[in-house]
Amino acid sequence: MSTIAHTQKRGFAGTVWEYLTTVDHKKIAILYLLAGGFFFIVGGIEAMMIRIQLAVPNNDFVSAGLFNEIITMHGTTMIFLAAMPLLFAFMNAVMPLQIGARDVAFPFINALGFWLFFFGGLFLNLSWFLGGAPDAGWTSYASLSLASEGHGIDFYALGLQISGFGTLMGGINFLVTIINMRAPGMTYMRMPLFTWTTFVASALILFAFPPLTVGLFMLIFDRMFGSGFFDVAMGGNTIIWEHFFWIFGHPEVYILVLPAFGIFSEIFPTFARKRLFGYSSMVFATVLIGFLGFMVWAHHMFTTGLGPIANAIFAVATMAIAVPTGIKIFNWILTIWGGSIKFTVPMLYAVAFIPSFVMGGVTGVMQAAAPADYQFHDSYFIVAHFHYVIVGGIVLGLLGGAHFYWPLMFGTMLSEKLGKVTFVLFLIGFHLTFFIQHFLGLMGMPRRVWTFLPGQGLDSGNLISSIGAAFMAVGVIIFLVNVVITQVKNVQVGRDPWEDGRTLEWSLPSPTPYYNFKQLPLVRGLDPYWIEKMEGKTEMTPAEPVGDIHMPNNSFVPFVISLGLFIAAFGAMYHADEGKDWAIPVLIIGMIVTFGAMLYRSIKDDHGYHIHKEELLDESGKGGAV
Amino acid sequence: MANLHPNSGDPKVTYEYRRKKHAEEMRMQVITFTMMIFFTVIAFAAVGAGFSKWFIVPFVLLLAVVQVIFQLYYFMHMSHKGHEAPQLFMYSGVIVGFVTILAFVTIIWW
Amino acid sequence: MAAEQKFTPQTWPESPEQATLEGKNKFLGFWFFLGGETVLFASLFATYLALKDSVPSDTHAKAADLFELPLVFLMTMLLLTSSLTSVFAMYHMKNYNFKKMQQWLFITVALGLGFLGCEIYEFNHYYHEFEHKFTSSAFGSAFYTLVGFHGGHVVFGLSWIIALMIRNAKRGLTLYNAPKFYLASLYWHFIDVVWVFIFTVVYLMGMVG
Repeated sequence: MSTIAHTQKRGFAGTVWEYLTTVDHKKIAILYLLAGGFFFIVGGIEAMMIRIQLAVPNNDFVSAGLFNEIITMHGTTMIFLAAMPLLFAFMNAVMPLQIGARDVAFPFINALGFWLFFFGGLFLNLSWFLGGAPDAGWTSYASLSLASEGHGIDFYALGLQISGFGTLMGGINFLVTIINMRAPGMTYMRMPLFTWTTFVASALILFAFPPLTVGLFMLIFDRMFGSGFFDVAMGGNTIIWEHFFWIFGHPEVYILVLPAFGIFSEIFPTFARKRLFGYSSMVFATVLIGFLGFMVWAHHMFTTGLGPIANAIFAVATMAIAVPTGIKIFNWILTIWGGSIKFTVPMLYAVAFIPSFVMGGVTGVMQAAAPADYQFHDSYFIVAHFHYVIVGGIVLGLLGGAHFYWPLMFGTMLSEKLGKVTFVLFLIGFHLTFFIQHFLGLMGMPRRVWTFLPGQGLDSGNLISSIGAAFMAVGVIIFLVNVVITQVKNVQVGRDPWEDGRTLEWSLPSPTPYYNFKQLPLVRGLDPYWIEKMEGKTEMTPAEPVGDIHMPNNSFVPFVISLGLFIAAFGAMYHADEGKDWAIPVLIIGMIVTFGAMLYRSIKDDHGYHIHKEELLDESGKGGAV
Repeated sequence: MANLHPNSGDPKVTYEYRRKKHAEEMRMQVITFTMMIFFTVIAFAAVGAGFSKWFIVPFVLLLAVVQVIFQLYYFMHMSHKGHEAPQLFMYSGVIVGFVTILAFVTIIWW
Repeated sequence: MAAEQKFTPQTWPESPEQATLEGKNKFLGFWFFLGGETVLFASLFATYLALKDSVPSDTHAKAADLFELPLVFLMTMLLLTSSLTSVFAMYHMKNYNFKKMQQWLFITVALGLGFLGCEIYEFNHYYHEFEHKFTSSAFGSAFYTLVGFHGGHVVFGLSWIIALMIRNAKRGLTLYNAPKFYLASLYWHFIDVVWVFIFTVVYLMGMVG
């Protein structure tokens, strides 16, 4: 165990090993950012292929079967493998610092969560090379997914199962961190909004992922082990999958969007240089959205035939969610109002987010009206709606958050100029792509179609949409260029790079020391760093004398546990095939690796190590270099 | 690690006080257990005696809920202080689970 | 190392499972996990209720044909008693009496194994006498998944307790392993909670149709 590794200079292999074994939340954040960013690009390429195929009528850029695989993988990748891990990256990087914690509650579990997600995502994407990707849509409705030939759906079910375990662990870790690890004085009602949204989103993960786990197990059992949950001939019922998928799937939307709300709630006060308007109502609205998020899942199933009573109940509950969301929108606007505004790149994203997201919200309320939904259902109107909330809410949040928190994570500042170019291209491209799709949907274009006929009024709309997608792609490429240039130049910035940081994470020296806080800070109110700055100080008032700091040891075990499940998944998938006798042994070996590693972790004591007071005092002159 | 010894005052006195408290609590646990066994026997007896379905189903469900409350509050110590967050999350889980079950017995009918 | 510090019954803290920050974190995290497990089992119960007696043809056995009260009663008694014995074990843990704690845990494990034996017999019985299989009907799938998930939890809980007992047999109680014992016992109680609903919803309600 590398207890003093942080003080040594490492070569490339040493760095790789460090990241493979790290339990430091700041490094895990970088891992999430890299892996999530990679999958975001993969999902983006899939999106571009969809838009190329649909750019002109009767196109045959991809075959119909391949098109189904692409749309399925685009949705699945973007939700599970891009948006969630990218948000987890910011949660890991920022939340512990915001509450004044030296570490998360379960550093080991945190690493395990990442590696499970990573191997799950890897497994899912290997389907492209091993006989075809899943092709039943990201919702994978059971009658269709049971009929799907090949192993595509098996990759979907097993891959999501593995990465889902990782997400669940991450959620529990964040919950306990926020409850147990807050600095002295950091009461619940002084927590920054990003911490609050992380908390509520983690609670949603805790309750939303088990239904998905159960649903995926049933799909795995039905497809690979001969059970009959969804097989009508055996007495099964396909509607069960729909329910489980949406009992998970609707809270999932809030799991994604709440942290994005949190990021914007940090950006607005920082660059309006004004305290967040209506802090307590923001907290209340966040919790209420989380609560209502569990009561509305059947609005995805209005046309399933649940009956008028069920539809009415779920319609009313759905419309009710507009109320807390509206509270948030008005609070953000009132935060900017009268502020001393600086239009930095993060602020541009935040300002653009408000109208974009409101448009997605309004179409959401339209669909909540169950009778109207019979018209909208499965049309491009729906596609437009959920891209308006996901891109207009979450992706703008991620891009804004990336610019905002880049100095915190990497100690460098992304170029504002290139950032503005990305912003303009991406925002124009986004509205160009999806605004027109509302009308395509209302004109009758169904979602998930491979191609369409000319002369039905759909030609120019689809072309405009595809051009918009190209704008977004160029925007993202410029963002990547920006990242590369910034990291190659490697101009390090100091403490509080935005100059208007309000919360604890900006009070730390840059780069953040690996133990975060040498002395835990004393929190004297909301926006604690701002309070200190207003009194002319540059650092937080410490709440304790310098003392020994307890740190966890690095561990390779999370990687091994996840690898075992990854191996086992191949065995489970191939065991029913003819002439693949190796499959069952592979399943067993994988399980032995996983449980063996868990047992090893359980019986081998790991007490971590201490950084001694003297070392900390020595380092104080050097700003805690890593 | 100053909080390792939260019991100020004479260690001997507090030690004996704690022993006594634990023993008292243990007696409560045994009473709880006896009642749980009793409920279980009644539930099985009700089914064995062949009462009407409309009586048995709500009756055994009620007994189960009472029994589980005993488990949670006495065996799992949820009645002790410091269990506010566990209570919040257990109840939230129960609500989500209840809504799920309610949906599955009402709107899955074909 | 503070975690390996030796104690006497007098110096042993009031709530050893929460005396360290690590213990506090584990305690809370595990309760949250149980909250998630509640939803997991609720989902399995929901599926079972939706698919109960849903068989492809009348030749398949239904719930009322399958279940027998005496065996289920025996299993219930075994598991309920094991819940009590693990409470006893935690009582001795709080009093810093390692030997007695191990003894009660041993009895808990023995009772758990008895339960598991009954369950294996039961499944085997349904499989051979009634042709009631995981793959024979949706009812079969739902039944074996719900009860089997519970059985899987029993297996995991037993392995966990046994591993803890063996690992710590020589070194006694410390503030490092006290939270582990406490969580294993919580897990065991939770298994019992689920079983209370299984015997009520699956077996008792299954008998009355």
